[in-house]
Amino acid sequence: MNGKVQFGSVVREGGTDMALITRGFGNRGHGRDTRLPPGQTQVEDWPVLTAGATPQVAQDIWEFTVTAEGGKTTRWDWDSFRALGLEDFTVDIHCVTHWSRLGMSWRGVPLDKVFEHVDTSYDYVMAHSYGGYTTNVPLDELLDGKAWIAFEADGKPLEAEHGGPARLVVPHLYFWKSAKWVNGLEMIPRNRPGFWEERGYSLHGDPWNEERYS
Amino acid sequence: MIAHASWHVATVSATRPETPNARRIILDIADWPGNAAGQHVDIRLTGEDGYQASRSYSIGSSGDAPSIELAVDRVATGEVSPFLVDDLMVGDQLEVRGPLGGWFVWKPDASHRPVQLIAGGSGVVPLAAIVRAHRAAADVTPIRLLYAVRTPDDVFFREELEQAAGDTGSSGVRVDYVFSRRAPDGASRPAGRLTRELLGELVLPPEQNPLVYVCGSTPFVERVLGWLQELGHEVDDVRAERFGGS
Repeated sequence: MNGKVQFGSVVREGGTDMALITRGFGNRGHGRDTRLPPGQTQVEDWPVLTAGATPQVAQDIWEFTVTAEGGKTTRWDWDSFRALGLEDFTVDIHCVTHWSRLGMSWRGVPLDKVFEHVDTSYDYVMAHSYGGYTTNVPLDELLDGKAWIAFEADGKPLEAEHGGPARLVVPHLYFWKSAKWVNGLEMIPRNRPGFWEERGYSLHGDPWNEERYS
Repeated sequence: MIAHASWHVATVSATRPETPNARRIILDIADWPGNAAGQHVDIRLTGEDGYQASRSYSIGSSGDAPSIELAVDRVATGEVSPFLVDDLMVGDQLEVRGPLGGWFVWKPDASHRPVQLIAGGSGVVPLAAIVRAHRAAADVTPIRLLYAVRTPDDVFFREELEQAAGDTGSSGVRVDYVFSRRAPDGASRPAGRLTRELLGELVLPPEQNPLVYVCGSTPFVERVLGWLQELGHEVDDVRAERFGGS
């Protein structure tokens, strides 16, 4: 390696992780904030974009389920779900409508903790929300510290207009994948489109590849 | 508990031009568990400044060897593919997670169910892995590849596909090219985009009950899936993999 490769300690979203440094990578942005994907503009506020009305969900009726093959369902209430293990994480979020918020602080349960209690061989997930919203995400894009069920943002309980009391947060995909008012994950054997994906948006939604529309 | 693929340290052992716009990259991965033809990996790059980027790439090879082959197309506006195509050098290290995906895979089996592969552009990579696995196993499953690509210069895995197509024995593969922008001299068809009619001519008919694999950009895949249904292929007989940003 001619001494060009070194190991470094890098703080990743949601925790610490040893990351290997690849020689010569970085500073890709040529002056632009390298955290901004192509076609995105940084905002300081937090715009609200929703397909329909805002559901009001009280903590005492909130529940979260994961449904696997054969309808096998794992169920949590507010306290038991949060007891899976809350953590603080700081991530950038990117909306398909071309705004990004950088370095946003959140608190929630990583989906790795959830899937420790789920037995499934299916590769895809359909997230479901109060109000009927759905969105699809491959399972391997929800694991390894890539996604959370979040209860707080910017140090405050998540407001209903932003998906409170709990929303999915998958920051590496456009934010429509981060389902507001989430209440369950349905394991599915094959990828299929959710609400926006049926309406012309990308099945995947990687902001770095500008996967905005299908 | 889900057993999901873990991160591995990969070392670039060789690179070579794949096309004027793409590069073959061979990665040695000491603890690689092997992969099936059709699977993919996530590549993670971390800069000295801690900046990270990850991308998914299909694997162009398969088997138990502690090594994988990628063929990466340069997306001009991308930040990862230009680095991989232009800057990465032999001996460099990066992180690889995988093998990923258990659906878009093919393995030789005793049923020898016919296979139709349909590639759009760089979507040929996992399908080339299937052709190569078929050949490595001297398998007699009938396989046909329809490869839609811009020009002859843009063909990935040219040698491997020529070898498979040149084999007139029972483990040969029929390869049909549809060149959208420029066809080679003496080509039987002028350059032009893939159409439903052409698809109908060049893919195994539903009566032969083929398993169909489609890989390419999302618009390409969506178009082809629609045509396949119109041609009478059942949804359950078609597996698709979509690329973004290509």
